[in-house]
Amino acid sequence: MSKPLIGVILGAVLGVIDGLTAWFTPAVRDQLGGIVIGSTLKGIIAGIAIGFFAKKFHSLPIGIVFGLLVGAFLAWLVAFMQGGYYFEIILPGTLVGLIVGFATQKYGKTPAVNAAQ
Amino acid sequence: MKWLSDDKLNYLRTVVANPDFSSTKYTFIKELARGGMGTVYLAEDRELNRLVAIKVLNTPEMTEDLRNRMVREAQIIARLEHPGIVPVHDVGTLPDGRVFYAMKFVRGSRLDEYAAVNDSIRDRLRKFQAVCDAVAFAHAHGVIHRDLKPQNIMIGSFGEVLVLDWGVAKILGGHGDGERGRHGDCHPVSPSPHLRVSTRDGTIIGTRDYMSPEQARGEIDQLDERADVYSLGAVLHFLLKDQPKPGKAAEAICSKARANAKEDRYSSASELSADIGRLLDAEPVSAYQESAIEKASRWVSKNRFLVLLVLAYLLMRIFFVFTSRP
Repeated sequence: MSKPLIGVILGAVLGVIDGLTAWFTPAVRDQLGGIVIGSTLKGIIAGIAIGFFAKKFHSLPIGIVFGLLVGAFLAWLVAFMQGGYYFEIILPGTLVGLIVGFATQKYGKTPAVNAAQ
Repeated sequence: MKWLSDDKLNYLRTVVANPDFSSTKYTFIKELARGGMGTVYLAEDRELNRLVAIKVLNTPEMTEDLRNRMVREAQIIARLEHPGIVPVHDVGTLPDGRVFYAMKFVRGSRLDEYAAVNDSIRDRLRKFQAVCDAVAFAHAHGVIHRDLKPQNIMIGSFGEVLVLDWGVAKILGGHGDGERGRHGDCHPVSPSPHLRVSTRDGTIIGTRDYMSPEQARGEIDQLDERADVYSLGAVLHFLLKDQPKPGKAAEAICSKARANAKEDRYSSASELSADIGRLLDAEPVSAYQESAIEKASRWVSKNRFLVLLVLAYLLMRIFFVFTSRP
């Protein structure tokens, strides 16, 4: 499995989980569908960016930091558009970026391996 | 009549026992090891100014058969050019007519001595895998060792693994006639035509605790690579026996290698090496069928950090859910 694909799958899965937790907030429960879709898209975008970064640069610490930054930035955008809940959105979003950054550096085939095969 | 003192007698015995290297380029230093057939001495190569190990047959009477055996043994080892097989530098004849061969002097410890001071199961398995790779190389060149045991495996001072004592090695039939050409530029091993020696069926060769059942029955003609696989399994058992929890997969590998019927064993040393590699990489091994729980447990163990990160994320999400409630 390629690194961008790992990023997309992991980002999507965590994005879905992220979105579903909105169900515990009754005020936004009726918007759950849109929240889940938005959260999943955010996860996929983060996964693509981090996955392609991992394909080019093979360094676990740098990959984790890049993931953190991408996750934090995308989460900040969402919080900014919502106009609130910055801490509750940015912290989990940053952690999602960290997880995807770690996973894409550690797993997945590198381009040299693909070429050799 | 004058009687010689005990000291003088002991001195004379030493002089008689130590071989005479005077007509060679080697200077005797001391005896290293003595086996049933031969003795290994430490000597100095005066021309190259380095230490070597020299093997000389014990028997005082050198027959043509014994001479051929020694030279054949040296030729077998010399053609197996692998980092895990001790290289032979020279072969010659002493003034007393005994044949000798000089090989690399390995500074280090035997595998049994190494295991006595090194508890790490991963280190032991890595060394064992290196042994399997060396033996697999020999098998690919049509040679089986027939006497694999911890005492015939050395761990060098740089951590390298060397398989020693190919004195009872056997060349499998059909090798040397192009059958192994598929291995690329590896040259098949064949002794010189005038050095063909054979062991009679019914002769028991090897060390009892490490020899395969077919070897113990003296079925010389039935021996193939799987006899060495059995011995490797016995070596693995030796390395695992003092470990409190070697693991089911490791025990299964050991059991498969030591199966009584050779059809039930690994078909080659390289198969055994591959399974050890999978064990070291926390991958499923061919010798053991994992349950779903064991598979999940192995996956979690292998990906501990990722699992902890995801758990931390989920816990944080749960925390925010409960703290954000009115």
